[in-house]
Amino acid sequence: MSEDYTIIRTKDLTKAYGSKVAVNHLNLSIKKGEIFGLLGPNGAGKTTTILMLLGLTEPTLGSAAIDRHDCTRDSLQVKRITGYLPDNVGFYGDMTGRENLRFTARLNGVPEGEIDGRIDQLLERVGMTYAGNQKTSTYSKGMRQRLGIADVLMKDPEVIIMDEPTLGLDPEGMREFLQLIKQLSVEDGRTVLVSSHQLYQIQQICDRVGIFVGGNLIASGKINELGRKIVSEGHYVLEIEVEPCDDRFLGFIGTLDGVKKVSKEGDRFIIESDRDLRKQITEFLGVNHYTLLHLRQKGGDLDEIYRVYFEQAEKEEANHVKSGKEHGSRKKV
Amino acid sequence: MSSPVKSTAAEKKSEAGTKRQTSDNRAWFGMKPKKEKGLDAVKEKVDSVVEKMEPQKDPEEEAAAEERRQVRYHSLDALYKKELADHICSKRLVIILVIVAALSIASVYGALTGIKSAMDAAASGKGDSFDTTFMFLKLYTTSGNSIPSYMSLIALIGPFIGLILGFDAINSEKSNGTLNRLVSQPIYRDSIIVGKFLASATLITVMVFATGIAVGAAGFLFSGIKPDGEQITRVLIYLIYTIVYICFWLAMSMLFSVFTRHAATSALASIALWLFFAIFMSLLAGIIADGVYPVSTEYQQAVNALKNANLNTGLNRISPYYLYSEAASIIMNPAARAINAVSYAQLVGAISGYLSLGQSLLLVWPHLVGLLALTFVSFEISYVGFMRQEIRGN
Ligand SMILES: Nc1ncnc2c1ncn2[C@@H]1O[C@H](COP(=O)(O)OP(=O)(O)OP(=O)(O)O)[C@@H](O)[C@H]1O
Ligand SMILES: [Mg+2]
Repeated sequence: MSEDYTIIRTKDLTKAYGSKVAVNHLNLSIKKGEIFGLLGPNGAGKTTTILMLLGLTEPTLGSAAIDRHDCTRDSLQVKRITGYLPDNVGFYGDMTGRENLRFTARLNGVPEGEIDGRIDQLLERVGMTYAGNQKTSTYSKGMRQRLGIADVLMKDPEVIIMDEPTLGLDPEGMREFLQLIKQLSVEDGRTVLVSSHQLYQIQQICDRVGIFVGGNLIASGKINELGRKIVSEGHYVLEIEVEPCDDRFLGFIGTLDGVKKVSKEGDRFIIESDRDLRKQITEFLGVNHYTLLHLRQKGGDLDEIYRVYFEQAEKEEANHVKSGKEHGSRKKV
Repeated sequence: MSSPVKSTAAEKKSEAGTKRQTSDNRAWFGMKPKKEKGLDAVKEKVDSVVEKMEPQKDPEEEAAAEERRQVRYHSLDALYKKELADHICSKRLVIILVIVAALSIASVYGALTGIKSAMDAAASGKGDSFDTTFMFLKLYTTSGNSIPSYMSLIALIGPFIGLILGFDAINSEKSNGTLNRLVSQPIYRDSIIVGKFLASATLITVMVFATGIAVGAAGFLFSGIKPDGEQITRVLIYLIYTIVYICFWLAMSMLFSVFTRHAATSALASIALWLFFAIFMSLLAGIIADGVYPVSTEYQQAVNALKNANLNTGLNRISPYYLYSEAASIIMNPAARAINAVSYAQLVGAISGYLSLGQSLLLVWPHLVGLLALTFVSFEISYVGFMRQEIRGN
């Protein structure tokens, strides 16, 4: 199969709960071997999308396919090649980690003779060998998450779908965990779909991201492309800290062209503008004997991308509602 | 789409365009006929017709079907064994064993003292003459020392065993976050609920037979009452009724576990239902019967007595508790001659004596059908509900 093979594809995938549209005409294509981040705030519809991909809930409209198997009609085949790590993954508490894995192996029809070897190998891989014979009720969140990965790998899946996998991990655990996810793609060539609302973490490992708000996919692509797109649309955010921090400096900023908003965060100013202000500001600081303590042009990072697209989506939403009201019944589809 | 036929290629094609259905759901319809002989026959017929219509069978299609069978077998096997192992290691089994042991020991003791005092009374000429024809059965049906008989204790407490085994079958897995992991495995979803039911039913079967036989054995050891072939057969049939009865309660509690979120809710709901059937149903039936056919005056009594009694039993038979108790008493008490109210006229000329085993069974087979139907309906509802449910983490 070529590198460009699209392994996950959704077409106008829609799910409505009553009048609430949780996922709205989602068109997504994910290539084999890539790590795709599905980013969105709470209630964006990430979990719903994932459930539809696994055939665990029926789409109201549209369709999805994984490796050409229809996710609704051929869900058994889809589940055979797709590993799913649900958010808040749970295990049978009075069974040990090994016993839990063994059970999963049996459900997947792994031959009885191979099971123990596989378990050893997988526990080693996720760094859980030491706790394999411990009851899972004694596991910490991080350990459960690791066992979850071993559990998912038991079926040797081509595609791995993880729902909020980094939620509740400490920074160190998070770093290691992300590395583990990265390996799944880089070393094994598996396709990984991660949903999350933790932007920074996901940013480190994703090849591409999709930003998902209120059931709509509002942007998708490589992170630096999305960043460039924002900058080219005239969104600049500058973080600056100077000494002394006086009114004269503030007054100066107020006189600059293109400044849209100035806010203060601790000792730092956040300046939003539609052009690059760094040159003008540093010149002013130099001439007037200020000390520059901190200067950073934000943008291009996910947080910024997220915020900008978010605002756009909200604006559109507002417009939509307004026009919906104006046109009364026309909105009903 | 409710045809209980295994999906064939032709069906799949026609279905694809008409109605969406997850393959999960379809799997269940392929499974269903296992339960009923009649449906099995129908299925075979339809299958053969389909075969005739489709002379050239696609080998690929065949292989896929074979694989599906394999998957079904593997997963059901794995789930069944896990559930059974779970039960065997669980604390709730200890609770059940304690209940059952206490109940059996107490009732054997009660029966032995009861039988002894009745015999003594008969010997001293104070009581009725004591009938020794079916002595062995009396071990199960006699109360004494204010301890109810084994039969009535099981009728009352037996449901509890089913409830304990089933009340949190599905919802606890939901709240533990294991169910969504389970349904994302390449298995048919119905294996989960079927495996759970079968594992619990197995445990119930073993337990009922073990205690039922233990009671007989203990009675034999302590009093030397020997059973004959007919009595043994009657006891075994009685135990089968007991299994079905307890399985009904298992299915009922599983039904609640599918449709409620918390294990506490489903436990309370099943206990409430149990109390209702065991206690309030007979009161309610009496009130309704008296309301419809009053029997307060002598005249009313003359006119309505029979109708009143018939309505009363009819209503009571909605209750599985009553259904089971009635069947059990007919099986275990060959002297019982009828289950409906009998008028004096009908009794005239009747020869007093025992019903043969066949005659007893003729009276109670509808009860078995009724209990099985109730079990099947509860299971079916939870089944369909479970297949359609969307399972999210917590
Ligand atoms: N069974 C349901 N009935 C009605 N609405 C539902 C149902 N399930 C989900 N929703 C709604 O669908 C929307 C999307 O939910 P979803 O769980 O997919 O969000 P999410 O992106 O996973 O959020 P989170 O980050 O909180 O997990 C939410 O607004 C939610 O309220
Ligand atoms: Mg979610």
